[in-house]
Amino acid sequence: MQVSMTVNGQQRTDEVEPRTLLAHHLRDNLGLTATNIGCDSTSCGACTVMVDGLTVKSCTVLALQAEGSEVTTLEGLSTDGELHPVQAAFRSEHGLQCGFCTSGMVMAAVGVLADNPNPTDREVREGLEGNLCRCTGYHNIVQAVLKAAESGPAAGQVPSAKQEVTA
Amino acid sequence: MIPAAFEYVRVSTVDEAVAALAEHGEDAKILAGGHSLLPIMKLRLAVPSVLIDISGVQELSYVRVDGDEVAIGAGTRHHELEKSEVAQAEVPLLPHVASRVGDPQVRHKGTLGGTVAHCDPASDLPTALLALGATVVVQGPSGRRSIPITEFFLGFFETAMEEGELIVELRVPRTGAGGWGYEKFTRRENDWPIVAAAAVHLPDGSVGVALANMGGVVLKASAVEAALAEGRSIEDAAELAAEGTSPSSDMHADAEYRSHLARLLTKRALKVASGETGASTAESTAA
Repeated sequence: MQVSMTVNGQQRTDEVEPRTLLAHHLRDNLGLTATNIGCDSTSCGACTVMVDGLTVKSCTVLALQAEGSEVTTLEGLSTDGELHPVQAAFRSEHGLQCGFCTSGMVMAAVGVLADNPNPTDREVREGLEGNLCRCTGYHNIVQAVLKAAESGPAAGQVPSAKQEVTA
Repeated sequence: MIPAAFEYVRVSTVDEAVAALAEHGEDAKILAGGHSLLPIMKLRLAVPSVLIDISGVQELSYVRVDGDEVAIGAGTRHHELEKSEVAQAEVPLLPHVASRVGDPQVRHKGTLGGTVAHCDPASDLPTALLALGATVVVQGPSGRRSIPITEFFLGFFETAMEEGELIVELRVPRTGAGGWGYEKFTRRENDWPIVAAAAVHLPDGSVGVALANMGGVVLKASAVEAALAEGRSIEDAAELAAEGTSPSSDMHADAEYRSHLARLLTKRALKVASGETGASTAESTAA
């Protein structure tokens, strides 16, 4: 079946089998391999992407369910070579160890800050409950999200959504 | 893991969904948020040949006051219920329980109708709906009918829905500022409850109590409700919470421990509902 969606600001129309998962569509058909597949069972959150401004686990969403949607992956966060505030904070606070969970963790963190621009430490931990770090490096991840929150509302926005606001 | 191949049908109205169910028969399944169905399809525990996607059916997404009740469209997502000002004012138990389902990503996709139709004995929201004495409105080829939730959950993943029907609405009484409590015991924050108890003061003066994961379906704590109606204390009533249940033993807890949790969590939920104590937090749920 044909599926159309806007991915990181670009309109994409592709032919997919109905059973194609969004995670596989992004990785295998569109070549966007920042989205990792970890547990493949809606637990670990490594495959977190944004669909119409809300975080989802793309291993449990059919590509066809994103028909007509605006999808943002980690690749779509930075603009003109400049890191998104959450990416910059993960770098400055060393919010990663092996890095496998990082793309999903960063996307989930943007979602947390979109919902709550000034979270407490506890609220960050609750907001990231759907993302597992198998290195158990949570402390610096939480510090990174709190640091990103200091940079203002941009930390909770994705570039394509910003375009919508100004359009 | 990838599900077995299926045919995908997208519908935009309830009538189209009912027509598609009639056309494709018993091998068709309704896809709403997909967060119960797709995982079991990936494990090949379910192998439907047709999926009817109702996620674009706008008419199924609402929370509104209707007379003495709050009517909630079956397509309402957990995060929408959680944030609904109508739900927060009229039946605050439900948005709170919605906020305890899974994690944010799951709540962005999962729907109220989907979790009721799936009929998992450990589900949070069906437990709350049972305590509230909700009504499940289903629609099929011969129109709409209402099923009391006490008659809806028949057995392990088995409901009172006939072939060709789908859930369109859930109706609950307006409890307003009446007390409520939901106590859920998990090992990790985003897990299914090992046991959970919901308690809510209803407009008719009674107290509804229900339990998750104490048998093949979510269960009314009928003995507790009866004891409270007779005027017995919360402590005495809660001691009866495991009566009539059939908890399983698994890697998380054996049946005896689940029975202990049912009594303890029922007592806590009733005390929170009566205003005696505050709700348990993640730090204070040791049982």
